[in-house]
Amino acid sequence: MSVHVLRPLAPPRRVPDLRAATLAEISCASSLDGAGMGFLAASLPEGPVLWAQDRLTRREAGTPFLPGLGRWLLRADLSRPADVLTAMEDALACPAISAVVGEIWGDPAALDFTATRRLALRAEAAGRPCWLLRRAGSANASAARLRWRVTAFPSDPGQDDPAAPGDPLWRVELFRSRLSPPGAWLVRHEREGNGTSDRLGFSALAAGRAVVEPAAADGQGGAG
Amino acid sequence: MVLSADGPHGPVVHDLNDAARSAGVRRGARVVDMRALCPALQVVPANPAEDATALARLMFWARRWGPFSATDGDDGLVIDTTGVAHLFGGEEALLTDMQTRLARAGLTARVALAPTWGAAWGLARYGADRPVCRDLTDLHPLPVAALRLSGDTLLLLRRLGLRRIGDLANIPRLFLMRRFARAPAWDNPLTRLDQAMGHLAEPLAAPDPPPDFVAEARLAEPVFDPADWLPGLVAELAAKMARQDRGCRRLCLSVFRVNGHRGDIRVATAAPTREARHLLRLFDGRLEGLDPGFGFDLIRLAAEATEPLATTQVGLDGKADAALHLSRLVDRLVARFGADAIVRPVPVESHLPERSEGRAEPMLADPPPAPRPDRPLRIFAPPEEVRVLYAVPEGPPALFVWRRQRIAVTRHAGPERIAPEWWRDSPGTRLRDYFRIEDASGRRLWLYREGLPGDGRGGMPRWFVHGVFA
Repeated sequence: MSVHVLRPLAPPRRVPDLRAATLAEISCASSLDGAGMGFLAASLPEGPVLWAQDRLTRREAGTPFLPGLGRWLLRADLSRPADVLTAMEDALACPAISAVVGEIWGDPAALDFTATRRLALRAEAAGRPCWLLRRAGSANASAARLRWRVTAFPSDPGQDDPAAPGDPLWRVELFRSRLSPPGAWLVRHEREGNGTSDRLGFSALAAGRAVVEPAAADGQGGAG
Repeated sequence: MVLSADGPHGPVVHDLNDAARSAGVRRGARVVDMRALCPALQVVPANPAEDATALARLMFWARRWGPFSATDGDDGLVIDTTGVAHLFGGEEALLTDMQTRLARAGLTARVALAPTWGAAWGLARYGADRPVCRDLTDLHPLPVAALRLSGDTLLLLRRLGLRRIGDLANIPRLFLMRRFARAPAWDNPLTRLDQAMGHLAEPLAAPDPPPDFVAEARLAEPVFDPADWLPGLVAELAAKMARQDRGCRRLCLSVFRVNGHRGDIRVATAAPTREARHLLRLFDGRLEGLDPGFGFDLIRLAAEATEPLATTQVGLDGKADAALHLSRLVDRLVARFGADAIVRPVPVESHLPERSEGRAEPMLADPPPAPRPDRPLRIFAPPEEVRVLYAVPEGPPALFVWRRQRIAVTRHAGPERIAPEWWRDSPGTRLRDYFRIEDASGRRLWLYREGLPGDGRGGMPRWFVHGVFA
């Protein structure tokens, strides 16, 4: 089911709307890879977020950290993946929540096509985005409208100190999508001077992981 | 003025006031005799049932002075004031406060404070005014009637020449034990003496206040699933609360089994509510935990804690406000997953990362803090130790092993030194040097070294991964 096409020197592709009110899924490579988390944090709309985690995710990959994230969170520390799905469905019906995030470890039986389809339909009916963050899982059948695979990328040298890690860069691959053609991009989080702007800069990525046309698709998906 | 009750030969004096007592009226005497003694006597029939109700109401009101209280006979209250007196400015001040407030309510009260229930009973009725008993030998000069004994036993003791509690305490127990071997425990002078002196425990059984609102379904035939009755009960309870402008914070569903068991399910709400649909949803998935046995024949839904809740007007756009919706969501999640699972992190003033996050009530209030670029997005709790393969004297290790993966550091920034909080930590706690590092594949981590080599607080410093950056 997964289409993995990376055309070299591709024309600037349309970047899907990251704040679309639907179910999107991010596969993270490892527990130490914060790229998926950063991409998600930059794509969330303003307002309260329900953040549900299962027990294995908490133990293996930690918990969201408020000082770094700086968002109004309602955290649900649950034990089973089925509980996470229930809490997400419940929160999608609440008008006070602006987005719902669920983290599930591995490929539990509860996370099947039916469960993801329920989430997608509820998110679309309620008009608020729902994100599923998955680790150590396979790209099995899922009704998520957008399926991303996000990995870290060596950052640009820091402005002040070339030996220090610079602004984050992520290699973002949309490997299955119902809303726009799939593609792969190199995404940077463009911060304003005061660090408040959440704007994502997309640049098309060639097969050989080289950056082409750095400013081509800039800012389309950021939505401000 | 006297209160009269029916006796075997006409009405007798049930209780009397001070004026009647000074006129020579005695309790238990016949009303006609007493009227001959004092022609101006007013006689009102007594109503013991209403007296008991009023006393029970007074008992709950008396919990302003202590967490546990119970009625004591027909005319007494006992309050457990352990550890309470300092709130009222001492034990004497507590007693004065009690007497003043009861007088303001139109009641004449005799109060006493003692280490045991029995001693307090005796001192309140036979002691001085507002006595505070510090030493239980204070009881010795009191008459034996202060031991809560019946008239027959008191008569017997008087015939034996035992008038004071001190007399009773000073004679060998063996004689008394033989004499009163057949007496029931509540009428045995030795038992009562032991209770007053604290040798025998006498716990206070404080009843719970009755729930404010109750809806019940009594069933002719036992049922196995209360789910069909729940919507009706919730609607009835909500209507009762709406009539008095109240909303509930805690609900208890009790099912009474035919064979003498009771099952309780409690749900709580974050804000007072009486919306039947919302209350009904809180029981979703909870009824499966009930063991029906041979069936239930009584289902009771009680609102255990209620708060005033005025009828709110829906906004012009037809939507209720966000805080209300959020409290509803929190109620549903807490009812299903427990209160510990639902957390709202709030910033706390601390430099130590694991202490800079606190828990708060999940309410929409203060805005979140601005994100700090030098803090990670995720944090490991507890931090995970790494094994250093290639150490560098200054700065982070060049190569380390985390969960059997070798990670080579290509760039780093730091250190940021965070000292232990000496006012909270144990004395041997080591300081931390935090580094932001990036490995060859671009993963950005928050690494720290605990301690310095040669700081005299343990061996070589250890390294930990604490967080993950974007």
